[in-house]
Amino acid sequence: MAKWTLRAALAGVAALLAGAAMAADTVKVALILPMTGPFASTGRQIDAAARLYLDQHKGDLQGCTVELTTKDDTGTADVTKRIAQEAVVREGANILAGFGLTPLALAAAPIATQGKVPMVVMAAATSIITEKSPNIVRTSFTTPQAAYAMGEWAAKNGIGKVVTLVSDYAPGNDAETYFAKAFEAGGGQVAEKLRVPLQNPDFAPFLQRAKDAAPDAIFVFVPSGVGSIVMKQVADRGLTAAGVKLIGTGDVTDDDILNNMGDVALGTITAFFYSAAHDSPENKGFVEAFKKANGNMRPNFFAVSGYDGMHAIFEGLRKTDCDPSAEKFVDAVKGMSWTSPRGKIAIDPETRDIVQTIYIREVKRGEDGELYNIEFDQIPDMKDPAKAGK
Amino acid sequence: MLTILFDGVAYGMLLFVLACGLAVTLGLMNFVNLAHGAFAMGGGYLTVVLMNRLGVPFLLCLPAAFLLTAAVGVVLERTLYVRLYGKTHLDQVLFTIGLVFMAIAAIDYFMGAQQQLITLPAFLRGQLEILGGSIGIYRLFIIAICGALVVVLQLGLSRTRFGSRLRAAVDQPDVARGLGIDVNRLFAATFALGSGLAGLGGALGVDVLGLDPTFPLKFMIYFLVVVTVGGTTSLIGPFVASLVLGLGDVAGKYFVPEFGAFMIYTMMVAILIVRPQGLFARGSR
Repeated sequence: MAKWTLRAALAGVAALLAGAAMAADTVKVALILPMTGPFASTGRQIDAAARLYLDQHKGDLQGCTVELTTKDDTGTADVTKRIAQEAVVREGANILAGFGLTPLALAAAPIATQGKVPMVVMAAATSIITEKSPNIVRTSFTTPQAAYAMGEWAAKNGIGKVVTLVSDYAPGNDAETYFAKAFEAGGGQVAEKLRVPLQNPDFAPFLQRAKDAAPDAIFVFVPSGVGSIVMKQVADRGLTAAGVKLIGTGDVTDDDILNNMGDVALGTITAFFYSAAHDSPENKGFVEAFKKANGNMRPNFFAVSGYDGMHAIFEGLRKTDCDPSAEKFVDAVKGMSWTSPRGKIAIDPETRDIVQTIYIREVKRGEDGELYNIEFDQIPDMKDPAKAGK
Repeated sequence: MLTILFDGVAYGMLLFVLACGLAVTLGLMNFVNLAHGAFAMGGGYLTVVLMNRLGVPFLLCLPAAFLLTAAVGVVLERTLYVRLYGKTHLDQVLFTIGLVFMAIAAIDYFMGAQQQLITLPAFLRGQLEILGGSIGIYRLFIIAICGALVVVLQLGLSRTRFGSRLRAAVDQPDVARGLGIDVNRLFAATFALGSGLAGLGGALGVDVLGLDPTFPLKFMIYFLVVVTVGGTTSLIGPFVASLVLGLGDVAGKYFVPEFGAFMIYTMMVAILIVRPQGLFARGSR
């Protein structure tokens, strides 16, 4: 008799424990970012934005709280993989988030699949990433989105001949390909496609070659810090004076450093999904709160991606009643749409990638005397053109 | 065409200023200083801080970068480097590469990892049209400064008492001491000169090459290529090597952009096959 009672009691405890595990009190989010090394600014922006979201929405979820732990992967893929593995296996992280660069996201994708945890990509932007695991959801952007939009706009707006200048790595090649596709489909001519080595100390010879081709515009895609060097040299080489426009994706005129670039940046036209100067009440509130919490640092496109990533996590958990298991969570996030500081966005239910408006912007001085990307045209509801079969 | 030639020369000159300090320490003092790039980075960051935070004009920043990095060089030489003169080259390499990593981490901590930008004064910007080619004014400025440096350095080392003492101290330190030459002070001064030149190169290079904490690693390979190809027995060697490599690099990237990044290495391999000791070496020691 006593034996039976004990067994029943044990079974009861086990059931309770299982129940507790189903609707965890604390959902652990491991935010894996490059916080040191050459890509530290990416990590800093996303981390600050995610924490801001957490501060603003603490206690919003009924039944669980979200715990955010930032982990530094130094921008090195094998470190990302190791950290992701440790987080899932040893620390019991329920959701992986962050991922500053494509190789870092690719390194962590198998962990998300095998560990059956959702992975929210807040930065890395090559098209293929979301195809590498069924548990990946992206809240940033894809490079082809921005490049394709630029190509479409350029062809329609009196630019006939372009030289492309991209850094020779996966995102650069993506940008070159999709810009050229859209631009040529619109009747434009790409006179020359220049690929610059990633570690390139001097752009002079490439820019001279671009100048000799006498194009209407140069399309530039380089990692964000390098963009300012290119702009300076474009101006110094007399390309601007010769009437050659500088166009590109918004990485080149990153809000984080734009104001330090000085007058050489003025007039640069870029296609992108976020500008700190975006005119909406949501964005005004976001920029103000972000600056206040971070010593007046201006949020850039990574910040808004991190902020929206946290929103996706919160809303996903709300829908699943705090169940962070990959199957339920990813299902809940698919098709979700909301108004972000950048405008209306949605998660494509088929690809789990982001659908958003791409804005065409020009660098101008704002009312406060600082340089901003001022939006003047837009291409709404743009899906990733690579996956849409364009 | 003229523009390419000109850009190549300017780039080569800049390489020379950055690398000649290494040629001085390596060739004259027989010390492998891989941390050379860290001094160049120091000069660059000094310029950035002086210009952007304190509003010092650019032309004053150049001598300041030279003097301050030279001063830092002396301090480090007296406290750290002096202990390694007698050690093997491997020890020197390990020690100085450690310094490089420390410098990178320190700069990252204090200045952040982003690219640093400076705005050149208006009279150094823009282009001149000469003989049908356009020439960047800043690049002309670089060529003028570097050209002057080459002349001064070469004359200084071959014609002055300082130069002959230095060469004596390098070849036979004991005998030199016996003759009353203060070898320690001489080396300290030489090291300061080398570091100062790196600092100056870094300051000149901010606008052309960019500046971030990985600078010493990014350019270490270029310094080493220049010194290897040029040989370290005189300054003319690295000078000619810098020009050849600068021109080859720029022309390669212009005419065959797909292959451009490898040009500098191809040239190094080709030159070293023909002249394994470098272009101007005295032969093996």
